[in-house]
Amino acid sequence: MTRSLLLASAACALALPLALPATAQTVAIVNARIEPVSSAAIPSGTLVIKDGKIAALGPNVAIPAGATVIDAKGGVVTPGLVASSSNLSASEIGGVRETRDDGTGSALSAAFDISYSVNPASPMIGLARDGGVTSSAVVPVLSGTGGGASEHADDGVVEEMTAGKDGAGDPPLFGGQAAFIRLKAGSPDIVEAAKLAVTVSLGESGARAAGGSRGADLVLIRSALEDARAFASRRAAFEQGATRDFGLSRLDLAALIPVVQGKTPLLIRVSRAADIRQALKLAAEEKIKIILEGVEEGWMVAAEIAKAGVPVIVDPQADLPDSFEALGSRLDNAARLNAAGVSVAINGARDFNNLRQERLNAGLAVANGLPYAAGLASVTLTPAKIWGQDGKIGSLDVGKVADVVVWNGDPLETTSWPLNVFVGGVEQPKDSRQTQLRDRYATTDASGYPPAYR
Amino acid sequence: MIRWRSAATAVSLLALGLSACATTGAGGPAKTSAAPAKPAEKAEAKPLPKGLDGQASTGFPSTYQPFPSRPTAFVGATVLTATGQQIENGVVFVSGGKITAVGGSDTPIPADVAVIDAKGKWITPGIIDAHSHLGVYPSPGVQARSDGNEATDPNTAQVWAEHSVWPQDPGFNRARAGGVTTLQILPGSANLFGGRSVTLKNVPALTTQAMKFPDAPYGLKMACGENPKRVYGGKSRSPSTAMGNVFGYRKAWIDAADYARKWDDFRAKQQKGEKADPPKRDLQLETLAGVLKGEILVQNHCYRADEEATMIDIAKEFGYKITMFHHAIESYKIAPLLAKEGICSATWASWTGFKMESLDGIDANAAILWKNGACVVIHSDDPIMTQRLNQEAAIAMTAGNKLGYGISRAEAIKWITANPAKAMGIGDKTGSLEPGKAADLVVWSRDPFSVYAQAEKVFIDGALIYDRQDKRFQPKSDFELGQPGQGAFN
Repeated sequence: MTRSLLLASAACALALPLALPATAQTVAIVNARIEPVSSAAIPSGTLVIKDGKIAALGPNVAIPAGATVIDAKGGVVTPGLVASSSNLSASEIGGVRETRDDGTGSALSAAFDISYSVNPASPMIGLARDGGVTSSAVVPVLSGTGGGASEHADDGVVEEMTAGKDGAGDPPLFGGQAAFIRLKAGSPDIVEAAKLAVTVSLGESGARAAGGSRGADLVLIRSALEDARAFASRRAAFEQGATRDFGLSRLDLAALIPVVQGKTPLLIRVSRAADIRQALKLAAEEKIKIILEGVEEGWMVAAEIAKAGVPVIVDPQADLPDSFEALGSRLDNAARLNAAGVSVAINGARDFNNLRQERLNAGLAVANGLPYAAGLASVTLTPAKIWGQDGKIGSLDVGKVADVVVWNGDPLETTSWPLNVFVGGVEQPKDSRQTQLRDRYATTDASGYPPAYR
Repeated sequence: MIRWRSAATAVSLLALGLSACATTGAGGPAKTSAAPAKPAEKAEAKPLPKGLDGQASTGFPSTYQPFPSRPTAFVGATVLTATGQQIENGVVFVSGGKITAVGGSDTPIPADVAVIDAKGKWITPGIIDAHSHLGVYPSPGVQARSDGNEATDPNTAQVWAEHSVWPQDPGFNRARAGGVTTLQILPGSANLFGGRSVTLKNVPALTTQAMKFPDAPYGLKMACGENPKRVYGGKSRSPSTAMGNVFGYRKAWIDAADYARKWDDFRAKQQKGEKADPPKRDLQLETLAGVLKGEILVQNHCYRADEEATMIDIAKEFGYKITMFHHAIESYKIAPLLAKEGICSATWASWTGFKMESLDGIDANAAILWKNGACVVIHSDDPIMTQRLNQEAAIAMTAGNKLGYGISRAEAIKWITANPAKAMGIGDKTGSLEPGKAADLVVWSRDPFSVYAQAEKVFIDGALIYDRQDKRFQPKSDFELGQPGQGAFN
């Protein structure tokens, strides 16, 4: 019996890629615990999606005539999860350089624009969506530094696992410009916004970009910002060769103009408490907006981060003193930052195409003291705000775009999974490359032909 | 699981058969050329110094001593025994460092023993990580302590991970707080033959010897695939291709069989009282010969299904047994073969596509193997994931249940306890809650398959080694003193 069911589901999976999502329909999700994130949970209610937007939600909402009704059977409805910093769609296989477009080589620095790297057909998008992720900030990494905090150093050849084609030598000072994508299946363009932030690293990675030490790194960053200001105000002179020499190219300086104008934030990757203080000082003195990512020792300077009103993106799993700049790493970093009043977004494991880990990381932070509501917000509304997308997405509010997920249980729990995923009110296919592999090998048949025929 | 055990027996018989053939087959020609017809001289009864004896494969002795413990009864918890049982309102009684009794609420408890009220808690065997580089790739990750890969030759079967372990690695403390009581520390995968693994009790210690799991067999780390050919191909050395890898394995086994024969000849002569010169001890060949004799377990890093099948053929060609494929991300494609051959697959649930050979990784890998009756282990290879192997097992279990397999917690707990214990050759000593086994166990705050679960108390050989509520039982390594946060990680 099980087997025939499996065969049937495999057949469905095969049929789906052909049936690309149609136009937005009217949908009523009933019998659900609704977590709007922006307001208190509705223990049992209905959410209505119409014309791609959230039309209504509440305990006693009428089901519109002609609506497709989805019975959540007591499951949970949340906003689609927002990956707060990933390489989704710009990087496919970490160890295969040809598929890495999430960092620049030596050609560019701040001007590197990751939005041009986005591949809407990346099979990793289906995998991410299968974990309830409906949008993502796509954020460059410094070439030669790999992705996240903990590298998989088993084979001792870490430099192979780098972004950018030119992994050799020191990385440029700035990583490049971030973009934001929404995971709409079948859409030719999934870039929602580009040039959303310019990335830079302080600490050990930043020092590498500046010839070896922190002192050089901050001097060069400040100098680059000064150059960008001078470039912005004397552009005509620059074109005539009538300015002093600048440390960065024309393209890189141009990319920094919105940063020095306070319009676009600088995303600063930083770990050590002292470096975080330097980042806050930089922001105050240069009058620029910043976002902090990593922030392993953030709990030690949480009050200062809160006072500066700077949001952070953290990985709650980072509890090892795995470098000399993260000796104070703790499992309750997110909880302590939140308690101090810092706006905390949580990310997943960017190195392993494992964005599912984001919601589990939020669960881990909750297990270590983060209030549940803040945990849910850390993977939805908070990253949406950080990336300036909260006018459209990030919470379940009437009028917002319907990026919505129906879960069979607590979305932060290991044993839950998404039952239905909507992006812009359109239900997304349930399959991915991984589910197709699974279904091929979970089934058996007596045809005498190999699995390639399944 | 039963299949796995019986297959192991069959293969060790096979290995015996081979060493017998090698001995008789090589006897003839050597003797005719030696010629002199006088009776062989009597050998002196002087034993070889240990360092020159090619069978002294026990290494430096374990000095592990269990910490102080007292007879303790854990009462009221939900107990996952890792023998397939989930006992509600259970009793676990430990004394003398061993499990004495496990059962329901009516299990008799002697008077005058410590009683721990574990109502609302869950108890499992101590978590066992079958693939760890703690100590050899410690925190902080600096070049000066990067001791996991002797990447100077594709065959470094002669090196032993225990000689690289830094016992002060703070990662041991973090793993313990995640319920990990036993670890297999492996050399890295840069080489075809990386060296010997060592099995450790996860106790704070000044020396590696004081962590060594007494009487645990050694493992030999082998690596398929991309890493060896990239490391050596990049230096214009062999192997630079997959076929170069396979040549490297086969050549090494031929050399090892020859070495084993020389020692067998020597022992045979010695036993007959004939004069014989001992062969020169070769640490590389000794480890490989230990595999051929069935004394050292093959722990084989191998991602791809087709490469696993090739490795199985090589093992058959030379008469050894592969105990476990590690990072066996494609094992689901050949699950029936692995079940038939009795080879375990150690895998992650959620990592995929981080290198070409991991592209086909799926979260249902473990579940499909389980459904086919093959042995499943969830491993970490990572100082972060090792702290939450319970959650990784939960993801793997859930992937199966999404397929309608109905995998219970009582089954899935084996993936991080009883099964790694068996695959590390210590299944008779730890890994499940059965009378007579070591009292290695974890008291969890709640269902350990929940993201919110925390290991509250961890015991090794009946002794409390970690207590989330009691700072006296939250050990810090020397490295952590005087550092920001003072090693206070929870």
